[in-house]
Amino acid sequence: MKLNRRNFIKTNAIAATAAAAGITIPGISTAVAKSGPNKIRWDKAACRFCGTGCSVLVGTKDGRVVATQGDPDAPVNRGLNCIKGYFLSKIMYGKDRLTKPLLRMTNGKYDKEGDFAEVSWDQAFDIMAVKFKEALKKKGPTSVGMFGSGQWTIWEGYAASKLFKAGLRTNNLDPNARHCMASAVGAFMRAFGADEPMGCYDDLEHADAFVLWGANMAEMHPILWSRLSDTRLTKKGSSVHVLSTFKHRCFDLADNGMVFTPQTDLAIANYIAHYIIETKSYDKKFIGDNVNFTKTATDIGYGLRPEHPLEKAKKGKGGKLTKIKFDEYAKSVAKYDLEYTSKLSGVPKANLLKLAKLYADPKKKVTSFWTMGFNQHTRGVWVNGLVYNIHLLMGKISEPGNSPFSLTGQPSACGTAREVGTFSHRLPADLVVKKKAHRDFAEKVWDLPEGTIPPKPGYHAVLQNRMLKDGKLNAYWVMCNNNVQAAANFNDETYPGYRNPENFIVVSDPYPTVTALAGDLILPTAMWTEKEGAYGNAERRTQFWRQQVSAPGEAKSDLWQMVEFSKRFKVEEVWPADLIAKKPSVKGKTLYEVLFKNGQVNKYPKQQVTDSRGNTYDNAEMDDFGFYLQKGLFEEYRRFGTEGPKKGHDLAEFDAYHNSRGLRWPVVNGKETLWRYREGYDPFVKKGEGVKFYGKKDGKANIIFAPYEPPAESPDKEYDLWMSTGRVLEHWHSGSMTRRVPELYRAFPDAVMFMHPNDAKKRGLRRGMTAKVASRRGDITLKVETRGRNRPPEGLIFVPWFDAGRLVNKLILDATDPLSKETDYKKSAVKVTKA
Amino acid sequence: MLKHQLSRRRFIVDTARAASGVALLGVGLGLYTKEAKSLPAYALRPPGVENEDDFLAACIRCGLCVRDCPYDILKLSELAEPVALGTPYFEARKIPCEMCEDIPCVVACPTGALDKELTNIDDARMGLAVIVDQETCLNYLGLRCDVCHRICPLINEAITLEPRHNQRSGKHTIFIPVVHSDKCTGCGKCERGCVLEEAAIKVLPLKLAKGELGHHYRLGWEEKEKAGKSLVTPDKEHKYNLPEGLKYEHEGEGLMKDSR
Amino acid sequence: MAANLPEQVGKEAVLVKGWWRANKWLLLRRTSQLLVIVIFLTGPLLGEGYWIAKGNLTSSLTFDILPLTDPYVLLQSFFAGHEIISQALIGAVIVTVFYFLVGGRVFCSWVCPVNVVTDAADGLRRKYKIKGGARFSRDLRYWILAMTLIVAAVTGSIVWEFINPVSILHRSIIFGFGYAGLVILAIFLFDLLLSRQGWCGHLCPVGAFYSLLGRISLVRVSAPNRESCDDCMDCFMVCPEKQVIKPALKGADKGIGPVITDMNCTNCGRCIDVCAKDVFKFSNRFNNDTLLNESKKEEVAP
Repeated sequence: MKLNRRNFIKTNAIAATAAAAGITIPGISTAVAKSGPNKIRWDKAACRFCGTGCSVLVGTKDGRVVATQGDPDAPVNRGLNCIKGYFLSKIMYGKDRLTKPLLRMTNGKYDKEGDFAEVSWDQAFDIMAVKFKEALKKKGPTSVGMFGSGQWTIWEGYAASKLFKAGLRTNNLDPNARHCMASAVGAFMRAFGADEPMGCYDDLEHADAFVLWGANMAEMHPILWSRLSDTRLTKKGSSVHVLSTFKHRCFDLADNGMVFTPQTDLAIANYIAHYIIETKSYDKKFIGDNVNFTKTATDIGYGLRPEHPLEKAKKGKGGKLTKIKFDEYAKSVAKYDLEYTSKLSGVPKANLLKLAKLYADPKKKVTSFWTMGFNQHTRGVWVNGLVYNIHLLMGKISEPGNSPFSLTGQPSACGTAREVGTFSHRLPADLVVKKKAHRDFAEKVWDLPEGTIPPKPGYHAVLQNRMLKDGKLNAYWVMCNNNVQAAANFNDETYPGYRNPENFIVVSDPYPTVTALAGDLILPTAMWTEKEGAYGNAERRTQFWRQQVSAPGEAKSDLWQMVEFSKRFKVEEVWPADLIAKKPSVKGKTLYEVLFKNGQVNKYPKQQVTDSRGNTYDNAEMDDFGFYLQKGLFEEYRRFGTEGPKKGHDLAEFDAYHNSRGLRWPVVNGKETLWRYREGYDPFVKKGEGVKFYGKKDGKANIIFAPYEPPAESPDKEYDLWMSTGRVLEHWHSGSMTRRVPELYRAFPDAVMFMHPNDAKKRGLRRGMTAKVASRRGDITLKVETRGRNRPPEGLIFVPWFDAGRLVNKLILDATDPLSKETDYKKSAVKVTKA
Repeated sequence: MLKHQLSRRRFIVDTARAASGVALLGVGLGLYTKEAKSLPAYALRPPGVENEDDFLAACIRCGLCVRDCPYDILKLSELAEPVALGTPYFEARKIPCEMCEDIPCVVACPTGALDKELTNIDDARMGLAVIVDQETCLNYLGLRCDVCHRICPLINEAITLEPRHNQRSGKHTIFIPVVHSDKCTGCGKCERGCVLEEAAIKVLPLKLAKGELGHHYRLGWEEKEKAGKSLVTPDKEHKYNLPEGLKYEHEGEGLMKDSR
Repeated sequence: MAANLPEQVGKEAVLVKGWWRANKWLLLRRTSQLLVIVIFLTGPLLGEGYWIAKGNLTSSLTFDILPLTDPYVLLQSFFAGHEIISQALIGAVIVTVFYFLVGGRVFCSWVCPVNVVTDAADGLRRKYKIKGGARFSRDLRYWILAMTLIVAAVTGSIVWEFINPVSILHRSIIFGFGYAGLVILAIFLFDLLLSRQGWCGHLCPVGAFYSLLGRISLVRVSAPNRESCDDCMDCFMVCPEKQVIKPALKGADKGIGPVITDMNCTNCGRCIDVCAKDVFKFSNRFNNDTLLNESKKEEVAP
């Protein structure tokens, strides 16, 4: 069958619905009932879903996960789970689990237009190796690449980094976390020179007030929300302020709920800074000791293709910071007075003032939270930074309760994507490929010749799709994500690249996702507790779990796939002779021998994995490779934190994590760090230093002025509505796991568009009617919902993206923050008509 | 003459026979009806049915409501089902009412068995959702499920989440789902959505689900809200002996720091 | 000529008039009964956009415009204490006027699906010469009719609809069979083994109600050619309400006109079919005297 786009979407929608509707978990309920609690083996694991990092106990019996429970001893969740976590035991047992590699073939041979047929792992790796080598030979290392995940385990990210950045010598490695918190990273690096929050979840109990900037914690971080709510309920004088472009569940608890016009969060944050300065409320001493004032380059475009009119029109470029005086900063924010900001944002003055007063009150401890509302933003790095400005002006940072807190979406966006540095420009522990010293260090740890790692950043997520389409990226491996459903502008920028005849696309996934079906080779993947794993959550907590069960059929972990695949390359096939000459000992070796069986990673011999209660556990990778691969990788990776040029990234040793419910790094001498950069709390701040932002050479954080600039696309006459996309509590990301749990499917079956009743009426629509949402890039049809959990203002609709039958992200412009390269999923211009 | 008498006599006997036979049938039918009228708790009537007795006097079992239900939710009961034969009903756990704004079932009903005066679906009372089991309801246990709340078409009106401190964990909130009978239409979305094996929230017929306060008592705070002011004039300002830096709010938070 | 054997009924008519003419009204009736079901099923079977009639015999809406409501069930509803609203009333008036014109029990023979079942039972009875069984008055149905209304009033429910085989069968065909087949089987066996024409001819209060509705209906079967009758008895044997024929067919002497005026004639036309002598035809109530006079004239003429 010739696979055209329409057919593809149609069959996929059918497959998705069928999979969602029918699932069998033979014997699961009876197994639990019959055996009694004693027969079930319980062990801990981190939840598979969001960035909160709840711990669960996994109950295994007869080689199956038959039950889970919230871990009562876990400090994050104390035995609680959200409704996704409640169904963890069912996510691995969807009836359409992939158990064999599938290759598009015609008459027994690979054919881009062929149908999927089962092949062996050998055949799969054979064709992969051919295609990767072909591309390398023809166009060099920039023609191969990988799209990874913030849901990878730590060592999977680390192995990917080694395999691609060193082994295949390409920086075309990027995680789906690019869509998620790249803007947060950018802002952390610019302001503090070190990634990830200074605070921790204990801020939830210590703060007097919370401000949510574009974070719907009630649904996206459910357990953190119940902690936040508890503080609000039990602490006198506490308050909750919620900013969003539409009303959502957090508004229930809000003392000050503010719905603002999309993109004007930039102005609101500047207004607060202005108010603080105007009322002279700022902490003079703190600013003097710990802060540099700067401004950023402006009018920097929207990260679109260079030929796009918006890119041609831009005058500025990049993220260059210029040092300025306090007075100049004060003058810059003065434009954002109450009058102007209220008018621009549509938020009543009284609400803005209330918010400003809260921040300006030196007695109130304020924790600010944000997630995708800030990060998926064409000025995401800027707007993240603007909130740091507020906290830095007031000195409300790095102490219990005073915390600018960037939440993450994915379970290991921090642990894997950020800390391991699986981005196209990064290396582990905040190192970057651009800096020679950093590359040198990585090459030293990895025992590789100098110059192995290419200095130029590779293609980031959005660029990868564009390069696939343009035929510049030809051998491509997608792992542990569903980017065809997730990426913006499916019709113009995603699908063409996947089906470009020049390209060979490999997709590793446990289930036949939209992405898998768009690829050419599907590799069946072991998931969650079918492998030994480690995640790092949003409060710098690293959590481990042991392999609990075996993967079905021939499914293998992502780690196994990468390490096994590395055996297919001789160094001579991928490295130039002059590089090999620098280290003759690698001659004739495979990448497997150079990267993994390198005397360091294979240092820990095969052993029986046990817990303190005497239970034994399998480890499929250890069985196959003959050494404790995970431990070897982690111990090697740990050297980046303890020996690396950037301090403050120390991790504990491997075994310590198996014996704890996670540890918050930096872990120094076995001691966790709760609040960073403050004397007493942070071991890297010496006595008498008070506060020290040691990520920066002078120990000072940057306050960075950035103005309000309009979004890439705003509603006009024809496309007269804003559209924001996002998640719902019941479903994780693209729904490939949660939509296979019948109860979760039942709880929220298909995506709907949340719309203001007046907007519906104007278009002759009623609740429950099917309507068409169209942007300049495509359309989908779905039901109108004028009631329910989300209440958009007039002029805006909200559509969740979990539904594979309604690929809402195809409507979205692939406009990105030019600094973080993260797409803005929150602001598209659309029109809605009767279907 | 005799013949005439005989036939007259026969007529009387025949008539009496027919009358008593039919009467007996009538009594039997009446008794059967009484039993057949008892609606099982899981069976919910379409919108616009206030009570079952009135409904059974009016529903002629034509199925027009079934036909005009755009979501195929309603069905007519069949023989051997414990719902009055041929009358429309639905089961929330199987397929709940979608609460169409134009209420096509009511419009379709020719007899007014589904009350034509119901023009706003929010006024429908098909039943009342009840948390029937607090021991298995995940939210009562402190987990963050609240599927019933978010799936509710009248979210925050028919079902609200009442936050309570979680004593056990010490640092989380328990969000108790509370159903409000003045808003709940009994559509059954919550029961359908409940993720448990057996739903912990169920829509029950109103008479089973609803308690009734004693007529001799009023809730003070509700009466005050209804009146829009205190029913008895509030106190004048109170004054207290207090140390420096503290104040006391009579109707507010009590003793607190004075921020002036 | 002596009476034909029961199992021979209609054979002579087939020989004389041909098969088509000897079964014409029967076929038309069956077609009508089938159509009544089909128009309700186009929607469910062919899908949205193909609706002809929604609902069922108790109340329906055809082409989204024509409302029809069974006046009997509405009357019960009224007795049960429900206020009748105009939507139903309009439908009931249309139905009432219709049957008032064409004959009340036209419902039984041209519309009601139970008729097919009871006709089949009657036919088999003749074929296999099943005789005897319980005998009771044909007036019993009026007692039952009265009873349904009284019990409706007493219980406040439309009681008859709990067991009414007519609506059970029709509803089951349209909305899906459950155990409804059993009720129909019971009626079939009752008519076949226990009582000839027991249900439709003696007990059914729906038929009773419609007979009252068509007391003075316009359309009637008449026997204008009654002098040609050769007493083969075929018409009596096929007639579901055979008491209605005699006055018209044999009443010439008593000065009774040839039109069958009894309210329980169902206008099924089967007598027209089976009569080899073409004694019967469809006519109207007002042709009674004229026809009488004409036949008298003919008597005088030669």
